[in-house]
Amino acid sequence: MLEDYLKRRKEERGMLLMTHIVMGYPDFDTSSRLVEEMVKAGVDLMELQIPFSEPIADGPVILHANQRALEAGSTVERCLAFAGEVTKRFDIPFLFMSYYNILYKYGVAAFVARMKALGLAGAIVPDLPPEEGHDYLEEMAKQSQSPIFIYSPNTSPARLRYLAEHGRGFVYCVARKGVTGSNTSFSKELDGYLDRCRAATNLPLAVGFGVKSKDDVDFLRGKADIAVVGTQTIRIVEDKGVEGVYPFIRGLRENG
Amino acid sequence: MKQRGYHGQFGGAYVPEILTATFDELEAAFESARQDPTFWAEFEALMGSYSCRPTPISFAENLSRQLGGARIYIKREDLNHTGAHKANNVMGQGLLVKRMGKKRVIAETGAGQHGVATATMAAKMGLECTIYMGAVDVARQRPNVFWMEQMGAKVVPVTEGSQTLKDAINEAFRDWVTNMDTTHYALGTACGPYPFPDMVTYFQSIIGKEARAQILGITGKLPRRVYACVGGGSNAMGIFSGFMDDADVELVGVEAGGHGLDSGLHAARLASRDASIGVAQGYKTYFLQSPDGQMNETHSVAAGLDYVGVSPILAHLHETGRVRFEAATDAEVVAALKTTIRNEGLIPALESSHAFAQAFKEAPHLSPDDAILINQSGRGDKDIFTVADAFGDPKWEQFIIDKARAYAQKQQG
Repeated sequence: MLEDYLKRRKEERGMLLMTHIVMGYPDFDTSSRLVEEMVKAGVDLMELQIPFSEPIADGPVILHANQRALEAGSTVERCLAFAGEVTKRFDIPFLFMSYYNILYKYGVAAFVARMKALGLAGAIVPDLPPEEGHDYLEEMAKQSQSPIFIYSPNTSPARLRYLAEHGRGFVYCVARKGVTGSNTSFSKELDGYLDRCRAATNLPLAVGFGVKSKDDVDFLRGKADIAVVGTQTIRIVEDKGVEGVYPFIRGLRENG
Repeated sequence: MKQRGYHGQFGGAYVPEILTATFDELEAAFESARQDPTFWAEFEALMGSYSCRPTPISFAENLSRQLGGARIYIKREDLNHTGAHKANNVMGQGLLVKRMGKKRVIAETGAGQHGVATATMAAKMGLECTIYMGAVDVARQRPNVFWMEQMGAKVVPVTEGSQTLKDAINEAFRDWVTNMDTTHYALGTACGPYPFPDMVTYFQSIIGKEARAQILGITGKLPRRVYACVGGGSNAMGIFSGFMDDADVELVGVEAGGHGLDSGLHAARLASRDASIGVAQGYKTYFLQSPDGQMNETHSVAAGLDYVGVSPILAHLHETGRVRFEAATDAEVVAALKTTIRNEGLIPALESSHAFAQAFKEAPHLSPDDAILINQSGRGDKDIFTVADAFGDPKWEQFIIDKARAYAQKQQG
């Protein structure tokens, strides 16, 4: 189970790193090389985003990547095949990240069964709160897949517990209000929020939105279990190419 | 688990967690306002003093005679301040914003009417205002952009995706998730996550309430059919809601047929077979989408109708058979507009002209004992560039050429 893996890995490595790619952006060959570089650099788990035409929770950088991936011919089937390839090649957990319509159109039961067959560990679906996700939660449980839910700074204590009851694997704590890819102030305010998150669940806590430097990762040490780096790797690839990814990820780790 | 805001299988609130508290706050404010009898009275008084309500019903005598068949009546939502039914919704939401104590409003707009209405409301109520608009729509609706800016709104052209209404909605959501503490998103139509479809319908129901009483007063009986154009569906929900319980009144929603239902270039979600059920932009309804679930691009001569989804309430009324959906093509719409201008001296918006086009097809087959009612949801002045293109008016083209030349000389000079 994902949760056990994360707890074990945390003991071995301290702070864990999760990265994110948009499958098919800029093309599948590059996506494949990105996964390889990220795993080589030591990431502990990865989000594979299936692009969607209306990614309302994503900021401009990932929105753009979604749209370019779709224009370049990224289809759901192609993404599923890609995910199957990387789960075979690399020995870390992979999660799908996408929006609910992708699952809904595929058929929720069929999609989750396919996830299991492909060797995925779970999924993050930011526009699917547990209230709307009855079928999804049932199928995920049936296939031993982890549904990851999201905490945000304005989530009430009661709702933090409610979300934790329905989540498995870990909880994704959004570090601030807004969409992906903007600046986050890693400050005392964040400490209070992470304390509330920790009090609400025993699941590991991942923190994302605005994590882009070793300082950010160091700030989270001891307060969270997983640092999530999403937008920044896309920026790195755009600025320095795939070659820039390995040194960047290594740089986020304890000993540089 | 509590699901909210469903109409049959449609609706819901598929929102990112960050907005959950904001939606709870909005729902509470809306419910408390709806249960407060003084709120509706305040709303009616504001619309009466600021927006020419009640808007009249006009008898289209010449059209009725020319077409034969049913007598044609027109509900004049174009006479609202800012020229469309959009004023009803935004002024209502403006009153809610005051109850919630927020200082800023954002909105998305397609044709620009909702943007102008929101900017107007913000100017009147002293709120800061940002309007998101697809870059394509900014280009084709410059007069509306001009007015929004004059009223102090910041107009942000959205250059992602198809650069039309659906992309503007996504951008407005992105703004909202960052600024929801101070900001209300005045969604423009009866779509989106709950409570928007119900809330927008509630404010627009002023159209139907008035229309039912007025037509009874004028003709002594209910109309045989009521026609409204359907983009997101707010004007349709507004007028239909007045007749929902009158089983003998047939309700007809008219979508954008664009270049024709076989062309792939249209925005007919319920009148065509091209749409399927999906979840996007926070709610479940019929969307024009690919088998993978990616939203398609849509087309209409009317910027306000080329939306990829449709009100979940209308999707439900479609499934239950309470509303019949049809589509009018761009060509039929332009012809209907021409006919209406020439015969009645009325200039409906291109959006509204869809309802006219369908009514004109059907009126001759009814009896003179029957009355039909068309919702003229907006006025067409804003469409002058698009309409002049569609009419191919050479004097207008010459005017634009001369104007452009004068501007060019000014820039060079």
